[in-house]
Amino acid sequence: MELTDLLDIAAKERQARLPHTIRCCTAAGCLSAGSGAVLDRLRGAVHDEGLTERVGVAAVGCLRLCCQGPLVRVDSPVASGGGEGAGITEELYQRVTPDDAGSIVAGFKGGTVTANKGDLKSPFFQLQASVILENSGRVEPERIETYIAAEGYQSLHRVLRNFTPAEVVEEMTRSGLRGRGGAAYPTGVKWATVAKNPGEKKYVVCNADEGDPGAFMNRSVLESDPHRVLEGMAIAGYAIGANQGYIYVRGEYPLAVQRLHTAIAQAGRLGLLGSHIFSSPFDFRIDLRTGAGAFVCGEETALMASIMGQRGTPTPRPPYPAEHGLWGMPTLLNNVETYANVPTILRRGADWFASIGTEKSKGTKVFCLTGKVVNTGLVEVPLGTPLRKIVHDIGGGAPEGGTIKAVQTGGPSGGCIPAELFDTPVEYDSLAKLGSIMGSGGMIVLDDKNNMVDVARYFMQFCMDESCGKCVPCRAGTVQLHRLLTRILEGRAGAEDVQQLEALCDVVKHTSLCGLGQAAPNPTLSTLRFFRHEYEALLKPGSPAQRMGLPLVSASQPR
Amino acid sequence: MERLRLATLWLGGCSGCHMSFLDLDEWLIELAQLADIVYSPLIDVKVFPANVDVTLVEGAVANEDHFQLIQVVRANSRVLVSFGDCAVTGNVTAMRNSLGGALPILERSYLELADVHKQIPNDTSVVPRLLDRVLPVHRVVPVDFFLPGCPPPAARIRTVLENIVQGKPPHLEGRDLKFG
Amino acid sequence: MSVVTLTIDGKLVSARAGDTILTAAREAGIDIPTLCYVDGLSAHGGCRICLVEIAGSPRLQPACFMKVGEGMEVQTDTERLRGYRRTIVELLFAEGNHVCSVCVANGGCELQDMAITVGMDHDRFDYIHPKREVDLSHERFGIDHNRCILCTRCIRACDELEGAHTWDMAGRGSHSKVITDLNEPWGESQTCTSCGKCFMACPTGSIFQKGDTVAETDHPRAKLEFLVNAREKKQWNV
Repeated sequence: MELTDLLDIAAKERQARLPHTIRCCTAAGCLSAGSGAVLDRLRGAVHDEGLTERVGVAAVGCLRLCCQGPLVRVDSPVASGGGEGAGITEELYQRVTPDDAGSIVAGFKGGTVTANKGDLKSPFFQLQASVILENSGRVEPERIETYIAAEGYQSLHRVLRNFTPAEVVEEMTRSGLRGRGGAAYPTGVKWATVAKNPGEKKYVVCNADEGDPGAFMNRSVLESDPHRVLEGMAIAGYAIGANQGYIYVRGEYPLAVQRLHTAIAQAGRLGLLGSHIFSSPFDFRIDLRTGAGAFVCGEETALMASIMGQRGTPTPRPPYPAEHGLWGMPTLLNNVETYANVPTILRRGADWFASIGTEKSKGTKVFCLTGKVVNTGLVEVPLGTPLRKIVHDIGGGAPEGGTIKAVQTGGPSGGCIPAELFDTPVEYDSLAKLGSIMGSGGMIVLDDKNNMVDVARYFMQFCMDESCGKCVPCRAGTVQLHRLLTRILEGRAGAEDVQQLEALCDVVKHTSLCGLGQAAPNPTLSTLRFFRHEYEALLKPGSPAQRMGLPLVSASQPR
Repeated sequence: MERLRLATLWLGGCSGCHMSFLDLDEWLIELAQLADIVYSPLIDVKVFPANVDVTLVEGAVANEDHFQLIQVVRANSRVLVSFGDCAVTGNVTAMRNSLGGALPILERSYLELADVHKQIPNDTSVVPRLLDRVLPVHRVVPVDFFLPGCPPPAARIRTVLENIVQGKPPHLEGRDLKFG
Repeated sequence: MSVVTLTIDGKLVSARAGDTILTAAREAGIDIPTLCYVDGLSAHGGCRICLVEIAGSPRLQPACFMKVGEGMEVQTDTERLRGYRRTIVELLFAEGNHVCSVCVANGGCELQDMAITVGMDHDRFDYIHPKREVDLSHERFGIDHNRCILCTRCIRACDELEGAHTWDMAGRGSHSKVITDLNEPWGESQTCTSCGKCFMACPTGSIFQKGDTVAETDHPRAKLEFLVNAREKKQWNV
C-alpha cells in the first residue's frame, strides 16, 4: 500500500457515489428503535423503484439526535450538476418507520413523503461542532473505502513519511489535547513519557470500556467511525515505539465489537495495519479484548490485568502503566475519544486544534445528553461551551411541565451542578471547582421531580455493585454509605447520620485504592454541597429508637 | 458526698457480664460504700427508677420489651454504659441476624427441631415478641461509654466504675479494649 | 546497592533503593500496622491500614507498596491516619460476622488485635450480618467465610509459597469470596496439597484447624517465615 493506492481507493469511492444518497443510522440507538428494518426497506424500495442508478443507500453511524431515531438523512444535489460538497441539500427524517422508508424513496419519483421531517437548522444541529464526529453519520463504518474517501489513513501516511516519532509527540503536546477518559492528563506528556521509558516491547491500549450510566460517546464513535480510532492508535504506536495495540471494549457493546473486528480485518487486508505499513519499517497490529461486564475494568490497572487474563482488579500506582504496564512493559493507555482526535490533529495541525476550546481545555468534546431534556443524544461542542447552551439551547430545555434543577456530569465519579451555575463553561477545571468532573462525557439532566438524595443513592448503589472488592473502604464503605443514604431517604435518619455520611465519604475518598472508590463519594458530596436542604428535609428528630418506631418486629410473627 | 445511684440492666445476653460483675468480690464492698444499686437483676426492684446516675446495660436489644425498656432506661439515666460484647456489638445474641428474620429462627427452634408440642410461643403476655433483627444498644439509644469483653473481666469493670465514681470519663485502652 | 535517606515520623532513616516504606520503617523500629501484608508474600494493597502520608503528595500511599525515595518525608501515625484506620477496622467488623467470643482465634487474631491497636471500643456502622457459608469438607482444615476479611493472604501463600494456587477470589464487591479450585468444596480440591500454608497465613479464625476449639487456634506464622527465609535467604535455621 502506497499513498497513490490510498488516493485511488478514495477516488474510486467518490466516483461511485450516486447523485442522491440516503443515509440511514445503524448505530445501536437507532437500530434498537428499528432502523435495521428501515434500512432493508430503503434498499428494497430503491431496487423496486428502479432507482439504483440514481440513489444510493448508505448504512452510516450516529446522526446525533438519538431520541428521534430511527434517523435517516437524504442528500440530494440542488440542481443539475454541482461540484463535490457544494450544492447539496440535506433533509433529515426522524422516527422513521419501514413504511415511511418506502415513501422516502417514492419521493424521488414525485411521490408524497410521509416520514416526519426533522429540522437540521435547529440549534441542536447548528450549535454543534464536528471534529471527533466529523465522519459520524457520513462514512459507512463497515466499509473502509468510505473512511479512506474521507481522507482516512492519510494522517498515518504523513506521519510515517514526514515525522519522526518525537515530532509526532511534539505535535500532540502542542495541540493541548488532554485525555478524554476523565482524568484529563495531557496526552502529549503521556506519550512522551511512554516514548522515553525503556522497554523491549511497548503497547498501545485503547480504553473502550465505557461504563458510566448515561454515557455512550465511545460506543457511538466505535460504531460510527471505527477506523478513526485504529488510525489514531497506529499513529500513537509509531510515536511511542510500539507495534502492538489492544482495544479493550466492553462486552455489552456487541455491535462495536463486530464493527471493530471488521475494521481491523479490512485495514489489515489493505496493509494499513500489519507489517511495513506504507512500505515503512513500522509494524503495527491491533487486537481486541472484550470485557466481561465489570465497570472497574475501565480503571487502567484493572484493564491491563484483564487484558493479561487476570482478575480485573486494580493495583496501586505508582508504578504507572507508562513505566510498568502490560507484561511489565511501558504501555500507553488512552480513551477511544482521545485516539479519535489524533488523525484530525495531525491532518489539520496542532495549532488549529489548539485554537478550539479554552486556555486549558483544548478542542471539542462529545457529550451524551440524557435525562429530563427535550433533545437527548450525542452532542459535540468546543470545550468552554456554557452548560446553559448545551442543556437549554442544544438540548432544548426541559420537556413540558418540568423545571430543570441540575445536570449530573461525570457519572458515578462526578457530581451535580445546580441550574444557578449553568453559566459555568464546560471545561476540566471549572467543573472540578464545582466538585464535579467532566468525566468521559455523560450529562444527565435532572428536573424538580428528581430527589437529589435519591440521585446520590442511585450512583452509590452503582459504585457498590461495581466495586471489585479488593480494598476495604470501597468494598465495605460503599455498602455503609448506601445504607446511610437509604436511611435518610426513608425518613429514618437524624442529623448524626448525615455527619456520619460526610465522615465516611471522606474516608472512602481518601483511602480507596483506585479511582472508582476514590470518586464514589462525589455524587453524594456534591449533592450535599448544593442540595443540602433536600437532605435536611428528610431528617427526623429524636433517638434512633424513636425514629424506628417498632417496624422491626416481623409482620408475620404471631401476636 | 452524695451516694451514686447505680443500676444494671440485663437485656439479650447470657448474664455472664453480671457474673463477672460479681467477680469484683471484695471490691463490691467498697463499691457499696459509694453507691446504691437501685435497679438490677441482682436485687428485687420491678420498675426502673428515675434519676439514676449510671446504668450498666448487659445484652443486646433483641425483643420488644428490651426495645421499650432501654428507652425508659436511657431517659432515666445520666450515664449509660454498654456493658459487655452483646450490648456493644450484638455478639452471640445477634448471630441469628445472619440467618434471616425472627420467624425463620422461631420456626427452626419451635417447629422443625421440636419433638413434641410443635408450636411457636404466641402469648405475648408471657413472652415478648422478638425483633426481626438484634441490635447493639447504641443503634437504639445514645450510649455514653463502651465496656467490651465477653464477659468484661472484673478488673476492666472496676476501671470503668472507679472512673465514674470519681467523676472522670472512663477511658479504656490497650488489651482492655479486647472483644471476646 | 544504592541507599536513600528519608524521614519517617521525623526520624532520619536510611533504606535500600527499591525498598518499600514499610520495610524501611520496620527496620528503623517504626511499626506501621498492616492486615493484608505478610513478609515474603507479594504485597496486595487492599486493606488500606498501612496508608501513610507523604509530604507533597496529595494521595495517601500504602506503605507496603510505595517505594522509598530520596528526601521523602513520611508520616505514619497522624491523627487523620489513626481516624481512617479505625474506620476501616470498623467497616471490616460490620461487613462480616466477627464474633470474637465464640471464635477459634479469640486471643490470637490479627483483626481482633487491630481493633485494639486502633482503639475501637464500638462499631459505629450497621452490622450487615451477611449469610455466609462454612466449608468443612477438608479432612484437616475448615474455612468459615463469616470470619474472612478477604485479605487474600491464603491465595498468595498457596500460590507463591506452595505453588498450588488452590485458592482464588470469586465474585466482586461485598459478594467477594475466596474459593478453592473452581468453587468446589475444599475437600474435593484436586490441587490442594493439604500443606496448611493458607492456615498459617490466615489473620483471623477464618481458616482453622479442625479440632481447635474456641480461643485455641495458634496460626504458626513462624513456619511461614521459616519457609520465606529458606527460599529467599537460604537460611535453614529453625
